[in-house]
Amino acid sequence: MQTIISVENLSKSYDNGFQALNNVTLKIHKGEIFALLGPNGAGKTTLINIICGIVNPSSGKVLVDGHDIVREFRATRSMIGLVPQELVTESFESVWATVSFSRGLFGKPAAPEHLERVLKSLSLWDRKDSKILTLSGGMKRRVLIAKALSHEPQILFLDEPTAGVDVELRQDMWHVVRGLRESGVTIILTTHYIEEAEQIADRIGIINHGEIILVQEKVRLMRELGSKQLVLELQEQLRELPPQLDSYDLDVAKEGMELTYTYDSQAEHTGITALLGDLSAAGIKFHDVKTTQSSLEEIFVELVNKIR
Amino acid sequence: MNWHAVKAIYEFEMARMGRTLLQSIVSPVVSTSLYFVVFGAAIGSRITEIDGVSYGTFIVPGLIMLSLLTESVSNASFGIYFPKYAGSIFELLSAPVSFVEIILGYVGAAATKSIILGGIILATATLFVDFTIAHPVWMVLFLVLTAITFSLFGFILGIWADNWEKLAIMPTLIITPLTFLGGSFYSISMLPPIWQTVTLFNPVVYLISGFRWSFFENADVAVGLSLAMTCGFLIACLITIWLIFKTGYRLRL
Repeated sequence: MQTIISVENLSKSYDNGFQALNNVTLKIHKGEIFALLGPNGAGKTTLINIICGIVNPSSGKVLVDGHDIVREFRATRSMIGLVPQELVTESFESVWATVSFSRGLFGKPAAPEHLERVLKSLSLWDRKDSKILTLSGGMKRRVLIAKALSHEPQILFLDEPTAGVDVELRQDMWHVVRGLRESGVTIILTTHYIEEAEQIADRIGIINHGEIILVQEKVRLMRELGSKQLVLELQEQLRELPPQLDSYDLDVAKEGMELTYTYDSQAEHTGITALLGDLSAAGIKFHDVKTTQSSLEEIFVELVNKIR
Repeated sequence: MNWHAVKAIYEFEMARMGRTLLQSIVSPVVSTSLYFVVFGAAIGSRITEIDGVSYGTFIVPGLIMLSLLTESVSNASFGIYFPKYAGSIFELLSAPVSFVEIILGYVGAAATKSIILGGIILATATLFVDFTIAHPVWMVLFLVLTAITFSLFGFILGIWADNWEKLAIMPTLIITPLTFLGGSFYSISMLPPIWQTVTLFNPVVYLISGFRWSFFENADVAVGLSLAMTCGFLIACLITIWLIFKTGYRLRL
């Protein structure tokens, strides 16, 4: 896979001594949707801001499509669109004026037909002449997305794009994001809604305390780090686990009416057959069986807690 | 060179002028008219001529400079401070633009507004006093140079200011006193010798003197020195802005 962003040994210390990034190395593939997850203050926004040119790195190197972000900033920045976390807009401008401004700022000639397409895709066309201060929070978020898309970027950063927005906008936005990915745009997003990352991302990166903990393809991550549970609904209440079942990772729930067995689905022997045999030998009967799998959120929480 | 960005910033700033026409144009014109009425017609009629020019006419270049300086600083400082305050400066910092394009856009727009204002005040002055401009090309040159120089200074101020108070206090505490004490309403030859020497440390003296020379061929300091000082201040402002963008001072963390 072709690398479009290459971050090498990137560190950032702010003047107050806070180390926001510590020796981060990361590669983003061209055309992928990469979800960067991490708790608040983990360094997600600092990393994005350095790549976009808003924050100066303390050390390390970032290449965008082979161009250095400091020496060849014109080449790198013209490829990038950024939707920031905060709702920061020129309140007294109209939607059309601010979107046109963004396109010009990024070195593109006027293209009303492109801006019209972008505004329509974000349900903003009817409000194109409205002043931004008259818009709701969700509409302002759409304006920021429209500004980022106004100059037809090849790379789009979405920093918490769905924070505080309604379901309709989220659906609109993910529709737009999928459309962009299909047209070859690389998308890097941070989000607190991990289920969104689970649905949309190709690869997941987890960052904590300024360090990348893990970068993995989503499917592989969930397969390798996700555990599965076998849930048995018992016919009779189980007051105490028989000693012959001590070797299994079992939890008794619902006042002894449910037994949960957690196992590694990738293991050569999951232990399910042996468990069922031992349950039968112990006279424990069940009337229903189901399996569940860890969500990305559970994997994320477990990984972050391990580091803590 | 990203000319689309220069155009975008310039047009964006000029559009702001259109929205704030009352504040940008009408207020300075009204206040300048009041100066002409009070100092020109009322008090000026009792003051003898200065260097062969009636007092009402003598203050015309000074009044234009007063508005030009104040508005250049105010327009340029607000232009860059507001996106900083609102947070929308992230877009400028992440755009493929160098400090040259940013300066051309913001300072170009601020200087344009000031020059338009200077022209309007000049036209307003003709309603109150009769005068002819001895060296119109030099007059325009001084007008443009001063507008650009003080717009650059205002831009620096807008980056330096981290709150509205600082943004407002600099013009009030520095620009206005320097302009009033720089010979807007008098010739520095009217001051006692010691104050004439002190006044020469005020850069505004050179601007007003050179500008007044272009009108009446009378100057407190040699016109060449006026031009050199104006250009020197302009270069100093450019170097300061270059350093600001190189280091990211109060722009990039």
